[in-house]
Amino acid sequence: MNSPVRMLVLWCPDWPAVAAAAVAGEPVGRPAAVFSANRVVACTAVARGYGVRRKMRRREAQSCCPELAVFGEDDGRDARLFESVAQAVEELAVGVEVVRPGIVAVPVDGAAGYFGGEHGLLERLVDEVSVAAGVECQVGVADGLFAATLAARRSTLVAPGETADFLAPLPIRELDQPEAGRTELVTLLRQLGLRTLGAFAALDESDVSARFGMEGILAHRLARGRSERPPLRRRPPPELSLVKAFDPPIDRVDAAAFVAKGLGERFHADLAAHGLACTRLGIYATTETGEQLGRVWRCAEPLTPLGVADRVRWQFEGWLKVRDTSARPRSGVVRLRLEPEETVEGRSLQLGLWQAGAAGGLRPCTEDDGLAGERAGRALVRVQGLLGPESVFTAVLDGGRDPDERVRLVPWGDRREKSLLANANWAGRLPSPSPATVFTRPVPAEVLDEDGRAVEITVRRRVTAAPFLVSFEGGEPREVLSWAGPWLVGVRAGAGHARSGTRIRLQVLLADGNDAEEAVLLRFERHKNPMWTLEGKYD
Amino acid sequence: MTAEVVEARALPLARLAAIPGVSTASGVASAAEHARTTGRVLPVSPALSGLLPAAGLRRGSTVSVLGSTSLMLTLLAAATAGGAWAVAVGLPALGVVAAAELGVEVGRLALVPRPGAEFPAVTAALLDGFDLVVVGPGFARPDIARRLSARARNRGSVLLSLGPWPGAEVELSCRRSRWTGFQDGGAGYLRAREVEVRAGGRGAAARGMSALLRFPGEGEVEKIDFPATRWGTA
Repeated sequence: MNSPVRMLVLWCPDWPAVAAAAVAGEPVGRPAAVFSANRVVACTAVARGYGVRRKMRRREAQSCCPELAVFGEDDGRDARLFESVAQAVEELAVGVEVVRPGIVAVPVDGAAGYFGGEHGLLERLVDEVSVAAGVECQVGVADGLFAATLAARRSTLVAPGETADFLAPLPIRELDQPEAGRTELVTLLRQLGLRTLGAFAALDESDVSARFGMEGILAHRLARGRSERPPLRRRPPPELSLVKAFDPPIDRVDAAAFVAKGLGERFHADLAAHGLACTRLGIYATTETGEQLGRVWRCAEPLTPLGVADRVRWQFEGWLKVRDTSARPRSGVVRLRLEPEETVEGRSLQLGLWQAGAAGGLRPCTEDDGLAGERAGRALVRVQGLLGPESVFTAVLDGGRDPDERVRLVPWGDRREKSLLANANWAGRLPSPSPATVFTRPVPAEVLDEDGRAVEITVRRRVTAAPFLVSFEGGEPREVLSWAGPWLVGVRAGAGHARSGTRIRLQVLLADGNDAEEAVLLRFERHKNPMWTLEGKYD
Repeated sequence: MTAEVVEARALPLARLAAIPGVSTASGVASAAEHARTTGRVLPVSPALSGLLPAAGLRRGSTVSVLGSTSLMLTLLAAATAGGAWAVAVGLPALGVVAAAELGVEVGRLALVPRPGAEFPAVTAALLDGFDLVVVGPGFARPDIARRLSARARNRGSVLLSLGPWPGAEVELSCRRSRWTGFQDGGAGYLRAREVEVRAGGRGAAARGMSALLRFPGEGEVEKIDFPATRWGTA
């Protein structure tokens, strides 16, 4: 298994408070804190010196430190100010990724080679940021984003290959990074006596999978210094969006097609001038009567001028020619805005001879499947124009136990990233063959024994009686020829357990009219009122 | 066999074959072979090839499959594995895990689960770009079916319908199925299924064929000998 990319993380401590004070023009020495819902969410080091802490009430904080400058929370302000830091880093290194305002990540290899080693790069970076952006920062280097972030908080340079040793003595709480949503898991791990990342990492992967499921495995990989979340791509500065007003208003598709061509070229040229290309395009329109229409298009490949023009034309077709006339705009479009919602650097455009393969990775195109794939892709984008982007999917097989849990639907245009857990050991998975029909909405079913009483599953996972008749959604009851189970499938301890109740499965073979047997998969859930549902058919 | 006898037998055959519209059996076979090698026929697994008149899915044709999603997925397997693209329209409950187990290359299988009222326009657009288009049951109004079949013929795609389709060239139906794997008292689990598949339809498919297939949990679908006595004469 590949070890993660070596990352450098530059962390500006207390960023919301620092940014707020900078915007308000407060002197650096004055204590400042940012509040949300009357609680401190961030404060400067000076304020901390006075005894201000996170989650403190405003009155408490002000009583600790009467001259405290008080600011409201504002994500936009944080992001806006952080841009100068990101730019300062960009001066020295390529591939800068803003993880969130306050944290920038850079892959370390290329830049370190240029500046004569990682130490040289670190010094230059800290200097550059404090001179150009005027803020203090800490830097850390380690394998993988998670470890590098922790290293930055400790201003540590972790040598290659020693990431696991670096992580081992750190408290398990570190897994609970903002936006990771692992609070519950971390609390549970602490209650189980796992106080350090090392203790958690020492567990066997299949044991973690059996007990904590997908979420647990991800956390476990982080604790071992393995996997990482891809950082968010940089959001483009706002002036790249293109606004165009129309007089007379556009109410016909052919007029839109004409306009789209010119717009596509201009939009693409503007982005290309910044060295960017668009991977998510937002198309927003205002009609004469003031209706607001909007839709975002995703594309795996950066958009070409023609690609932008096509999407604008398709979107107009979608709006103006939708079958349900009540859904059409009541008047012509007078204003159109094209917004690059997500961009990549222009060099990605040079990937012409490579394409995202079916398995998720890159592979060289052969002429044949390149053409077939391209034709299919065009047809799918056309369908997205008719039904919306969230209507066309390809499936990725993931790790999991349930037939529905193992399939992840990816909207067409998004990257088909295969999860690393697909080949993990999923004990208790349903044996193959899998049902060829898996109902997205389970169908209520009734299971009766020979005396006409409802069959249930006891707490000890036994059927109360052999199933004899089964009916679905009030249909004719059908005779059970044979059955197997009950099995406890896809249940893990922890967060999911209490919510979903106990899920137990039964395979049942039913008599069919013309001398056939029909095999179905039934599920029993013991909520407040026990219920059988038809989960799938082996048809 | 002397040369005269061979000639005497060949003569009426040659006379018949000279009539426009009549072709010899070996002529039909070589046409099928030619079509396969020139990519006019998409390959199917060897177990199914005997059921289809062109020994595969002829481009431009419409095939309907009755009563078995697994059989439909098996039809897609060899073609998608060989580089063809397939799309399933109006099948929100399609089991993708089962598809992968039956050999479908999931990376080349697109899904449009809910086309709604736009079904004809969506399917027509997909026929332009895909080699195989599978449509779910309940969409086949006769006028729409005729238009879409014509579109498939025009574009050289294969239209597959899960459920009856007016004017389908080949119709595959599952008659009887037997499961193995269960033991008494709830032990065991479903392991494999034997199904009798019948093929009928128009043109070359009208003669009617049937075969007994075995769907294992994982791996190739097998054709097993058809023991007529076991089911009684059908």
